[in-house]
Amino acid sequence: MSSHHEEGFIRKYIFSTDHKVIGIQYGLGAMFFLLMGFGLMLMMRWQIAFPGKSIPIIGKFLTQDGILSPELYNQFGAMHGTIMVFLGVVPMAVGAFGNYLLPLQVGAQDMAFPKLNMASFWVFFVGGLVMLYSFLLPGGAAQSGWTSYPPLSNIAPAGQTAWLIGMVFLITSSLLGSVNIIVTAVQLRVPGLSFFRLPFLVWAQLVTSFLLLLAFPPLEAAGVLQLMDRVFGTSFFMPSGLVVSGQALEVAGGGNPLLWQHLFWFLAHPEVYVLILPALGIVAEIVVTNTRKPLYGYNTAVYAIVFLGFMSFIVWAHHMFMTGMGTAMSAFFQATTMIISIPSVIVLTVLLLTLWGASIRFTVPMLFALAFLPMFAIGGLTGLPLGLTASDIYLHDTYYVIGHFHYVVAPGTLMALMGGVYHWYPKVTGRMFNKTLGKLHFWGTLIGMNGIFAPMFFIGMAGVSRRLYDSTIYEMARSVQPLNVIMTYSSWLLAAAQVLFLINIFASLRKPKEAAADNPWEATTLEWAAPTPPLPHQNFAEPLEAYRGPYEYNTTSREFAPSTYRRPKPCQR
Amino acid sequence: MNEPYGWWLPINISANGAPIDQLITTLHWFMVLLFTGWGIFYLYCLFRFRARPGHQADATPKHFRLPTYLEVGVAIFEVFLLVFISYPIWSKVKNEMPSDEEALVVRVTAEQFAWNIHYPGKDGIFGQTSPDLISPEDNNPIGLDRENDPNAKDDIISINVMHFPVNKKVKVYLSSKDVIHSFGIPVMRVKQDAIPGTVVPVWFEANKTGKFEIMCAQLCGVGHTRMRGEIHVDTDEEFQKWLQDEAQYLEEYSDAGQREDENDV
Repeated sequence: MSSHHEEGFIRKYIFSTDHKVIGIQYGLGAMFFLLMGFGLMLMMRWQIAFPGKSIPIIGKFLTQDGILSPELYNQFGAMHGTIMVFLGVVPMAVGAFGNYLLPLQVGAQDMAFPKLNMASFWVFFVGGLVMLYSFLLPGGAAQSGWTSYPPLSNIAPAGQTAWLIGMVFLITSSLLGSVNIIVTAVQLRVPGLSFFRLPFLVWAQLVTSFLLLLAFPPLEAAGVLQLMDRVFGTSFFMPSGLVVSGQALEVAGGGNPLLWQHLFWFLAHPEVYVLILPALGIVAEIVVTNTRKPLYGYNTAVYAIVFLGFMSFIVWAHHMFMTGMGTAMSAFFQATTMIISIPSVIVLTVLLLTLWGASIRFTVPMLFALAFLPMFAIGGLTGLPLGLTASDIYLHDTYYVIGHFHYVVAPGTLMALMGGVYHWYPKVTGRMFNKTLGKLHFWGTLIGMNGIFAPMFFIGMAGVSRRLYDSTIYEMARSVQPLNVIMTYSSWLLAAAQVLFLINIFASLRKPKEAAADNPWEATTLEWAAPTPPLPHQNFAEPLEAYRGPYEYNTTSREFAPSTYRRPKPCQR
Repeated sequence: MNEPYGWWLPINISANGAPIDQLITTLHWFMVLLFTGWGIFYLYCLFRFRARPGHQADATPKHFRLPTYLEVGVAIFEVFLLVFISYPIWSKVKNEMPSDEEALVVRVTAEQFAWNIHYPGKDGIFGQTSPDLISPEDNNPIGLDRENDPNAKDDIISINVMHFPVNKKVKVYLSSKDVIHSFGIPVMRVKQDAIPGTVVPVWFEANKTGKFEIMCAQLCGVGHTRMRGEIHVDTDEEFQKWLQDEAQYLEEYSDAGQREDENDV
């Protein structure tokens, strides 16, 4: 496996098959898209808070009068969701963290299928380009929400076709990546590293990959069906007798728009767990390292996320309670939705109880991991009134929903991912980041995110629908309009904090390498046994063997005992 | 509540809204209670177990029983919410649908970006509609066959303004001409997607008079935000008078087709 000859620049950094280079490529790509998705939202937030006022500075590049038009608002809204989920969080959580860390954490030299891995990134890259390109099409990018419900999406401008083609690429990329992760985690573990000695993050990635592998194909099929509806005039999702703007639509008809919703949510609910599971894994790694004790109830947590994975396939229709569902079906999906809350609570409890009896080091990554816990708790709790149909009648499709899922993925997942970047930064780069800047970034992010998302619950409680270009035309929305202004100012704080983040991670690369970066947190899992950065196509200087579980802190006479640590045998006679 | 709209649930004018409001309020108290208890324990841990000189982590395996009991307690509470609160409310909404005889029956057909509200008129029978007859130029937004169908002659169509009497069950047959919309009346605690190709019945009963808003809850295109309708909850006399006025208006303008209700929002 080890390289016998020096690779050229292109083989080494562009078309690389090394999982670490691919992981970094994914990370940089995802970071670009996360910032872009956030940028789109900053412009939308201006319009929401100050309807009909031109956006300062950048407005004049968008429209003549500098005011965000309703068309652009809908495009930005649809693309914000698409970019954040499919081009931001998944590539970061699975593409970057999964790719970079998983082989290291199981002690492998690379992924099981390095070429497939490279293909996965480049397919993702093409998907991203198609999505970006769609903004330049006549009529602009997709504008029917990230959910793309037909018939609206079927009659939308060309950007929707690009969206579907882009999605097919992104889904294919995820499928290739998930196969790789599953095979690597199952087959390439070093001797001694049994399943119940795997770091929790590896388990999380494994369950995530099964979700991707099994849930994405229905959406890929649905995407192709919608593409055929749009391009070849089929009517999978188009009922008969549609009249748009007074003109009868010339389609065969006979289709059903709800079919799309079922196919879409059959993916998109497991997708929610794809977004959160790697974050839980990252948080577990950081929490354990910085509490200096083993994970409380490791086995329980593993069983919980496996159960969570199974359950995530049978809750999807809770997104569709208001489509006219009867009592039997809604009773089933309400019950499964209540059941799926239990394993999530178990994992959160496991993390919380790990704090008991700990010696907590408040490092920068630990701050992010600790903040994740209450943020994820808020996200989870607010799912309760949405999961019960009776309260969902009122709250469905209001800002309350937006607040709920953003608490899960933004102050939840995104903060976990930021913590993860800090935690493994020394291993990846051989340098330490600036801790003061890191702490400023943390507080700016925490306050900014809560300033944005907490008011959403009150706006939703006031009954305001989501995706409104200008809610102030409604009398009932005017009482909560001041909250929108607070949220917009908070979004600027959040933006400012991310500038510190970028400065920190890029400027710290200019520092000289530190030897201490090998294992700065005194952690036990296998990736810290590798040289810094791990060797190309090889990772470890010598073959490893695991002798113990992943989190042996203060369990032996040593303060921490890495998985590779073998108690010295008594002297031979 | 004196003000109809604030930072919490708006005024409730629905005869069926109280249990929904109670459920939402109960759930939020429950959530606040759980989160506060959880948060106190969390902050206590952060303080008590902070790393400091002379303090070492205690890694001896422990088993806490309390979290298990709490979790079982929460699960039981969830079962209670499901079986005794959510299922019955949903069942009332879906299964106790009033018959067409006992309720005021109205058809609502959504379109980009308006609510077409169709009353059967004096004869109580809806006229035939056909997508082929839909024509904004002829003021026929739902394709009502006034020419050939005698039942259609007296049908009243109101755009974006829905009149109905207080303390009477209203049954709406909801559909859409083009894309998916969602018929949301927050003060009535009512929401139902309007899906093209299907007709879904929704019912409600107001217990207060006044004018309130209909808000589209499902992204339906560029004008989603403008898809604002109004409900006018009238007294019975007011409602009858409105029906008469509309019928008279129809007779006067029968040649010109139906009137277009200009409701500038």
